[in-house]
Order: sequence, then C-alpha cells, then structure tokens
Amino acid sequence: MSRIAGSRRDVAMLGFRRQTVPVLSTLFASLLHALPIVVTTPIVPDIAFLVLLSWRLLRPEMWQAHTALPLGLFDDLMAAHPLGQSMALWTLTFLVFDFVDSRVGWRDYWTDWLFASVAIALYTAGAWYVAHMMGSQAPLVVVVPQLVLSIIAYPLVALIVVGLDRWRLAR
Amino acid sequence: MAPPSTRRPGFSRRAQYGLFFGYVIAVAGVLFAVLLLLIAVIDPTGFAALKGASLDVTKPVTAGGRGVVNFFGGLGGSVSDYFQAGSQNAALRKQLAAERQRLIQARVIEGENQHLRALLKLDQDNPGTVAVTRIVGSSFASVRRLATLSAGSIAGVRVGEPVRAAEGLIGRVIESGHFASRVLLVSDGASSVPVRLVRDGTPAIAVGHGDGTIDLKTLEMGKNPFRRGDVLVTSGIGGVFPPGVPVAVVAAVQKDRTVAKPLADPARIDFAMVLPIYQPLADKPLSPQTQTALEAAQQ
Repeated sequence: MSRIAGSRRDVAMLGFRRQTVPVLSTLFASLLHALPIVVTTPIVPDIAFLVLLSWRLLRPEMWQAHTALPLGLFDDLMAAHPLGQSMALWTLTFLVFDFVDSRVGWRDYWTDWLFASVAIALYTAGAWYVAHMMGSQAPLVVVVPQLVLSIIAYPLVALIVVGLDRWRLAR
Repeated sequence: MAPPSTRRPGFSRRAQYGLFFGYVIAVAGVLFAVLLLLIAVIDPTGFAALKGASLDVTKPVTAGGRGVVNFFGGLGGSVSDYFQAGSQNAALRKQLAAERQRLIQARVIEGENQHLRALLKLDQDNPGTVAVTRIVGSSFASVRRLATLSAGSIAGVRVGEPVRAAEGLIGRVIESGHFASRVLLVSDGASSVPVRLVRDGTPAIAVGHGDGTIDLKTLEMGKNPFRRGDVLVTSGIGGVFPPGVPVAVVAAVQKDRTVAKPLADPARIDFAMVLPIYQPLADKPLSPQTQTALEAAQQ
C-alpha cells in the first residue's frame, strides 16, 4: 500500500490483523493435531507449543501470562490431552518467562534458542509426567527423540513466526 | 538486544494493579488446570461431552486427508518394492511353500476343533462386530498412543469396546463422540492386555511401552518362557477382549525384558472392527446381592 493513511476500513482491517494474528496462528497450530498422521512412536514435535514459544520470545510485551489459559484449553481439546495439561504447562511457561525477562537484561538469537530448548525440555517432561499420572507406564526415554526434534525444529518455527510478524505489522 | 521495558507500567497505580491482577488470574488459572488434571486422574471419562464434541469437529479434516497420506505412504513402499522385487520373490516363494503345509495342518486341526466343540456343546461365541470403520488419525505429538476412528456413538461405538483389524488387536475405545471415537492403542503405556503364548498357552500381560512396542510380563517369576518369533493371542481373561485375537509377535528377548511388536500396525491397516465387550457383565460393578454375600463371607 503506497498511501500513508488508508481509508477507515483499511485502518480497521490492519488493526484487526495486528491484534489477532498471534492468537490465530497459535490456534491454527493447535488445529494441526487433527492432521491425519498415524505414527506409533512419539517423534513429531508439538508445533502448537513451538509457535506459542516463538511468539512469546519474539514479542514479550504483547503477552499477558493468563492469555495462555484459553489457548491451552483449545490445545487440550484438539490434541486429546487430559483437560488442563496444556493450560497448566503453557501458563507456567509464560510465568517463568516473565520472571526470566525481569532478570536477564540481554538477549540474542542463541540465548533465545537456549531458553526455548530449556522450556521445550521442561514441557516435554511435564507432558510425560501428566501421562504417568494418568496411568501410562512409558519410560522417560521414549520422549527423547521428540525432544531432540522439537529443539531442532524451534528455529524453523521461529522463522515462520518472524515472517508472520512482519506481515502483521506491514502497512 | 535488550528486551523492551514496556512491561513496567510506570507510576500509574491503575496500570500496576492491572499487571498484578493479570498474574493473580494466571496463577489461579494454573491451579484450576491442575485441579482439572486431578479430576482427569480420578475419573478419566470426565468431560466426555466436551471431548466428544471436539473429536466430532476435527473429524472432517482428519478423515478427508487420510486418503492423501495413504497415497504418499504407499508410493514410497511401491518404489522400494520395485527395487527389491527379485530377492523378495524368492523369499516369498519359500515362505509360500512353508505356509501351504501349515495351512493344511491348520485345516485338520480346525476340523478336529469343531468336532470337539460339538462334543462339549460349546456354542461358537461369535457375536459379530459393532462397527467396521477406518483409523483416520492419531495423537502424534503426545506421549500417549491414541488413534482416531471415523465412527462414533451413532454407529454404536461405546467406551470400553475392543477394536481389532484383520491382522490383530488394535486397542480399546476410550472416548466416543457422535461421528468419531478415540482408541487407546495396545502400544500405549496405560494399556495392558491379558494374553497367552500360542505355542504352549503360558499366560502373560502385554503392557504398552509407549514407543510402538509392547513389554511382556509373565505372571510367574523366574525363567523367561518367550522366544523370538513367538505369537501371542488374547486369552479372554478379564472379559473385555475376546479370546484368540492375535496381539503381538516377540521381537527381542533380553534378560529382564521381552519386547514384542504389535501385529496390527495402525498406520497401515485399512479397516478396523469395533467388537462388543466379550463378557459385558465383567465390566459392571458387582450386584448388591453378591456384595452383601462377599461382605458376609469376610466377617
């Protein structure tokens, strides 16, 4: 768009896009759980969590910790987790990152990846523990391939999220 | 890059309170979610309506795309088959000759079996199937091994019913919506199926390992009765799974652990059959008469 100020409708449209793209993209990532993929080993990364994490690390000022609650509820329903799993783990992740933000004064690509890796590891272990509580006797080793793939997949997801963020803020 | 400092609301009391209440809501939300989890642990079938509805909503995507995935999955298989055609042909010929002999033996045994059953006046318990359907999806990003069936309560699928394919046992229904239902696969860590060894009838429990394999636990301690290649079928103990359904084949025998692979691979099978619970009474609570009789016997 070459105009400096668009029509009222254009401005409303851009405002809508700016506000809803982060939440809608996370909800869309949760919908990926409905994809018709049948695997017998847990190796596929939890894309919804990676998208949420990327948004949180990219735009810390945009997210209130309690926003993760309804997003987590939606993810629980889509991914057949016991209700409350993603709600609790996602909100806890946001609270921990709020604390980290208040302590760490300096961040770059590598520290972001490091923080994300720690968050992914804790999240995977948390999901394993919830499954354990629900009666699953699968050992913790079973989730290691998924954990490694998730850590490798994080920069790719972050790349997509940065692209979405550019498009969101473009005028 | 230093993080933006816009999270500090400055000196405005109103903004400070707003931030504070945001955290209060978040912490309360986490506690509420943990409470929901505890409810799920105590009663795993809770919120069935909500979960069933979400299953129904996502079913069109899952069921529609399955054909595409199957096509591409089959493509890879066809290409590798083409390159291995010669050696595969020879191996299959050898296998066919062996199988033919076994088939004749099996026919003889079947005839004998029918004869003996008639003598014992055992009726053939073959109650048929509840529904024949397809596996359309799975919980691929989770520790749990769950699969989605494209038939729900309208087709008669109820929670608790066993599911099998022609190759063998798949699992047990744990959630059901109107048009779709969810199956706990035999390879899930929370699944345990009473089985017996086909070779000599040794009873065992097949517990899922969570990564697509099954652990076999014998009921007696001591020496490991399993050998590589042994086939296990359901024993019918417990009254949920009908007896005689193939479950797994032993893949590796280690010192303290026996690893088996399920015979029915949910990623490859075409059709899944939902069966009625073998002995419906086994799943029900005891009748009041039995309860009082048991209590009287204990005193």
